[in-house]
Amino acid sequence: MSELKNAILDYVKKEYLEEDDEREVDFDTPLISGGIVDSFSMVSLKRFLETKYKIQIPDAKATPEAFDSVNHIIQLLQEFNIQ
Amino acid sequence: MAFNNDIRTIYQKELEGIHTAGIFKEERIICSPQNAEIEVEFPAGASRKRVINMCANNYLGLSSHPDVVEAARKGLDSRGYGMSSVRFICGTQDIHKELETKLTKFLGTEDTILFPSCMDANAGVFEAILSEQDVMISDRLVHASIVDGMRLCKAQTDTFKHSDMGHLEEKLQLHATARVKLIITDGAFSMDGDLAKLEQIVALAEKYGALVFVDDSHASGFIGKTGRGTHEHCGVVGKIDIITTTLGKALGGASGGCVSGRRELVEMCRQKARPYLFSNTIPPVVVSGAIAVLDIIAKTTERRDKLERNTAFWRKGLTEAGLIIKEGETPIVPVMLFNAKLSQDFAKELYQEGIYAVGFFFPVVAKGQARIRTQLSAAHDQHHLDKALAAFTKVGAKFGILRKNKQQIIDQFGM
Repeated sequence: MSELKNAILDYVKKEYLEEDDEREVDFDTPLISGGIVDSFSMVSLKRFLETKYKIQIPDAKATPEAFDSVNHIIQLLQEFNIQ
Repeated sequence: MAFNNDIRTIYQKELEGIHTAGIFKEERIICSPQNAEIEVEFPAGASRKRVINMCANNYLGLSSHPDVVEAARKGLDSRGYGMSSVRFICGTQDIHKELETKLTKFLGTEDTILFPSCMDANAGVFEAILSEQDVMISDRLVHASIVDGMRLCKAQTDTFKHSDMGHLEEKLQLHATARVKLIITDGAFSMDGDLAKLEQIVALAEKYGALVFVDDSHASGFIGKTGRGTHEHCGVVGKIDIITTTLGKALGGASGGCVSGRRELVEMCRQKARPYLFSNTIPPVVVSGAIAVLDIIAKTTERRDKLERNTAFWRKGLTEAGLIIKEGETPIVPVMLFNAKLSQDFAKELYQEGIYAVGFFFPVVAKGQARIRTQLSAAHDQHHLDKALAAFTKVGAKFGILRKNKQQIIDQFGM
């Protein structure tokens, strides 16, 4: 589980933080409501999860709430038996 | 009365919240034509003060140019005040077509359609040309009007880190299967004053079969050797599929905007872009003024050359005075102060010295990136810039920030 969480956290940091961005991001940091991931950029995160874990996340499940923190994303992935 | 006290209280509280957050915007009343020097009443009711304007988008100094004013007056006499119609019913005059043709020639494109503003052009263009099968990949620092336009469009969205070509390439690979891939960027970025890497963007677009969209509002008229814009500066004239730009900045400063580019894409806007279809035509007086602007800048590069000299002087002067500026080559020169309150206090002191400039802070720019954005104009003469530089130096010394680095300023004032 921690490997999964770290992989997602690493992706979020690499994809969404600029080099000089000093914000701390952890497993509970609000990503979308916290302004780190905007709604236009969410598709990258969805594609990353789909490609890495070989799943298809229906648009109805890919909501801003479901993607709002690494822990939320882990909950979503559990629906696809990814642990 | 539906607007009862309970409802009024909702809005009063919301406005109080804006005040409390320190982001309440107040209009400064200007009691003169737009120019290098203006007469300002601020705050409302205060006595009028003549100040040097360092924050207008009047890059070429044409907003109040006598030839432009005269052309506008003639247009008013010959074509009337308004058209009382949208373009496609009975709002298209010969001068609208003339202006579109001149813009096409100036921008080096295939066709042009006018919009009431560039905000409207950006709001309408994406929805008119893209659908669910397509993807828009935008730089993360594009103008708010582009963000709104993208929201109105059903195509997929994605973003790349500001001017990060490696990241853009990853995104082009990620969306390889989309029917149309549209790369979206500003030409000159309005807050940092840097230019898009259009040469590299065009190369990537060609490699991955993508189209390129550029909003050149802060470049049209003065960036590039003959002022045609960022695409001229980067050597890619004819390779940008869609350019949007404004007549409300360097090109006369009144209002109006356009979408210019591939013939079929412009035609799609004529058929489908809602701000074009459902808002009034640009008034004849503005069209006539804009035609005069294009005629002036087609004859000589004198004004953009002067702007370039002013920009070089200003950037060098601020740097030598010990202030931190964002590096670049455009006449948008941000003086970095990092702390929001400092940016406001600095602007107030400048005003006392007879210099009008505005401090920007979060959410307009990122947290800890507060600044005073200065903008040069061809209307500025050397004595204006000398006085402004002296004022920036004096105020900088007063706050003790000259020759301080970012960390030292943050240590002194906080983020």
